[in-house]
Amino acid sequence: MAALGAPLRTLRALLRELRHASGRSYRDSPAYRHVLAAFRAHRVTSEKLCRAQQELHFQAATYLCLLRSVREHEALHREYHGRGERSPQQVAGLVGFRLPQQPGGKG
Amino acid sequence: SERKKFYQNVSISQGEGGFEINLDHRKLKTPQAKLFTVPSEALAIAVATEWDSQKDTIKFYTMHLTTLCNTALDNPTQRNKTQLIRAAVKFLETDTVCYRVEEPPALAELQKNEWDPVVAWAEKRYNVTIGSSTSILGPNIPASTKETFISHLASYNMWALQGIEFVITQLKSLILSMSLIDRHITVEKAVLLSRLEEEYQIRRWGNVEWAHDYDLCELRARTAAGTLFVHLCSESSTVKHKLLQD
Repeated sequence: MAALGAPLRTLRALLRELRHASGRSYRDSPAYRHVLAAFRAHRVTSEKLCRAQQELHFQAATYLCLLRSVREHEALHREYHGRGERSPQQVAGLVGFRLPQQPGGKG
Repeated sequence: SERKKFYQNVSISQGEGGFEINLDHRKLKTPQAKLFTVPSEALAIAVATEWDSQKDTIKFYTMHLTTLCNTALDNPTQRNKTQLIRAAVKFLETDTVCYRVEEPPALAELQKNEWDPVVAWAEKRYNVTIGSSTSILGPNIPASTKETFISHLASYNMWALQGIEFVITQLKSLILSMSLIDRHITVEKAVLLSRLEEEYQIRRWGNVEWAHDYDLCELRARTAAGTLFVHLCSESSTVKHKLLQD
């Protein structure tokens, strides 16, 4: 079985990620409730070596990795790859021009 | 490109064939317009969370579980179980952890120290011979080894197999994928081992955040999604078998 560390730590980190993902009403989200219920049902916070507990812990750690990596990837994307195309106004502004305003719309 | 977020509430409901995702009052459909149905409630919850996490625009490239479900439902490459398994096992011939360098010595040593244990684990776990090679032709995998993996993969249902094949193409290694799916290593470790040479070069020449970390996070996300998908589709207690028929 993979080296996973303390289940309680994984649970806390996972719940934190779910909070990031959901926003305001994270405690009511199905994911939050499902994760808590699963941990309570299997009592993964104790020291026992039950196989089902280990499988649940591995699953939680994997889901944590998914949420965390998606968040980090998106942050990097926004910072380095997200600028996109310039608008016509911006392009005109590059050389000091402004686009003409036509009060009735284009003829 | 991105689409504006067109819904407020995401919820799950249980239908004939499994669990469905509702975006406000609309039922989510696949790219081929089939009803989006998944066999596992936990998987449906995770997919719903992906949709619920979107802010102003829908960033499909971050929704890995949704993408995997769509692939399982639509099967766009039209492959059957035998073809999927064959594609997966074929990777063994060019498996990352079997393909070794001789130069530079530090990298060769790193590969030996980090990859030998996982190859040994696979050989013991599956009772096969795999080995490794510095030849440009790669390792010589015995037919019996391939047969063992073919037969092992056949025990997985079609959905789980889509996930397994996905993880293998991400990690470029059947051995690392099986090690991960058998819970012998974590996603982070599997990705590290898959990227061993990159990590070695990064340690030598320095890290470039917008390239290296970007690729690292993306590989971790995809691998984690694939692994979670396989496990959630394989759990007999929570799975609706009708949907998973081969």
